[in-house]
Amino acid sequence: MKPAPFDYLRVEHIDEALEALRKEGGDARIIAGGQSLMPMLAMRLARPKLLVDIMHVDAMRRIDDDGRTLHIGAAVRQAKLERHPGLAGRQPLLAGALAWVGHAQTRARGTICGSIAHADPSAELPLSLMTLGGSVHLRTRKKRRALAAHEFFAGMMATAKTDDEMIEAVSFPTVLPGTGYAFNEVGRRHGDFAIVACAAVVHANKAMLGIGGVADVPTVRALPLPDAPDFTDALNQYAWDLDARDDLHATARYRRDLIRQLGRRTIEEAARCRA
Amino acid sequence: MPRLSADRKHLVSFTLNGKPVSGMAEPRMTLSDFLRHEIGATGTHVGCEHGVCGACTVQIDGGLARSCLALAVQTDGCEVRTVEGLSPDNGVTLSILQDEFRNHHGLQCGFCTPGFLMTLDALFRERPDASAEQIRQTLSGHLCRCTGYASIMKAALAAQQRLRGEPRQKAQENSKGGSHA
Repeated sequence: MKPAPFDYLRVEHIDEALEALRKEGGDARIIAGGQSLMPMLAMRLARPKLLVDIMHVDAMRRIDDDGRTLHIGAAVRQAKLERHPGLAGRQPLLAGALAWVGHAQTRARGTICGSIAHADPSAELPLSLMTLGGSVHLRTRKKRRALAAHEFFAGMMATAKTDDEMIEAVSFPTVLPGTGYAFNEVGRRHGDFAIVACAAVVHANKAMLGIGGVADVPTVRALPLPDAPDFTDALNQYAWDLDARDDLHATARYRRDLIRQLGRRTIEEAARCRA
Repeated sequence: MPRLSADRKHLVSFTLNGKPVSGMAEPRMTLSDFLRHEIGATGTHVGCEHGVCGACTVQIDGGLARSCLALAVQTDGCEVRTVEGLSPDNGVTLSILQDEFRNHHGLQCGFCTPGFLMTLDALFRERPDASAEQIRQTLSGHLCRCTGYASIMKAALAAQQRLRGEPRQKAQENSKGGSHA
C-alpha cells in the first residue's frame, strides 16, 4: 500500500502543467485533490513517473455561473461546490448528487473535475454530467476543445482525453424553467460505491433517466412519464439493455430491480419538482 | 517550486498543531507516514492506507483529510491538526470531545478514535448545531469494529451539548427513541 516512486511538480500556472504533459505524456498524471488517484497509486494500479499538482493554480479554483452553465475549474474541491451559495437553486440535481459523493472527509479534498477524469462507472459526478448534458473542457499546450459528456466517457475508467491533455474545467447546465430534477442512490452504506444510482431530468411529458453503477459508463435514455401506458415496458427494457452483471455487492437481477424501482421513484420526484 | 525527484528526500515544513515542524520525505511519502515516521507524531493511526477506514483522518488548513490520501510534499506550507492538538494543555487534560468518548464508551481498542475525533472536532466547529442525522452521516466516513457506533453517537451528542454550553443530560440518544447510529 505504498505508491511506486514518482517525481512531484507543484505548478502555479496552467502552462507549466501543460508543458509537463506535452513532454512526458502518459508518464505524467495530474493530481488535484487526489481522492481517486491516491488509492490507485497506493494499490499500484497507476504508476506514473511524474505527478503534476495543480491545486495552486488560482485560475482553476473558480466557479463561474454565466446564467446558462456552472463552469467549474479543475482545482475546485467538492466541498467548495457543496457550500456554493444557492447551488440547490441553480442546479438541484448536482446539489442532490454531491451529498452521495464519497464521504465528508473525501469531499473536503476531492475535486469535481478529478472525479470526472477518473470516470468510475459508479461515481455520481460523471452520471450527473451525462444526465444534464454537460461538457468537459480539455486543453493541451497548443489547443483547447470541449467534449460533450457522452463523447468524453469512453468506458470503465477510460475517457477520450489524450495523454497530453488535461481537464481545465467542466460545465453543468443550470436549471431550466418548467424542468424538474432528482437524484437517488442505493449503496451498502451511505458513501459506499453505488450499486445503482439514478438521476432524472423531467420536462413536459418526457424524462431523461441517467443510470450509474451498472454499465461501464453512465448512460442516459429518454423515457415517457410514469403515468404513460408504455412507461413500465420502456423502463424494463432499459434495465435489461444495460447488461447488469453479478458482483460481490449485488446480483444482476437485484440491479435490474433497483433500476425499475429507483428509476421510477427518481422520475416521479423530478416530475413533482418541476418549477 | 522546482520538480522534486523521486529518488531523493526533500525538505517538507508545515505547522503541526500550531508549532512549526519539518522533515525529509520522498515525493511518494504519504502525510500519514510522514507524521508518524518523520515527525514522530503517532497519534494519527493508519489502517487501510487507501482512504476507506478513516482512522488517519486529520485536518489540513481547517478541512478534513485522509492523511493516507495526501502526500507529505503536498502539505508543505499548510496548517495540519492532529489528535495531539485536541487537548487544551498539551495532553494533561482531555478535550471535551475526548472526555465524552471516555464517559460514553466511545472507544474500546482506540485504533479508529483519532479519526472520529478529528472529524467531530471539524464538524462541531463548522456546524455547532448539527443534527443527530448530520452527525451520523458525517461519521459514515469512519469504520469502528469495537463499539457498534451507538456509544460513539452518544459521546458525540454529549460533547456537542457541552460545547454549546448546555447542561449535561444522560443518554439523550436513547431518550428520543428509535434512533440508532
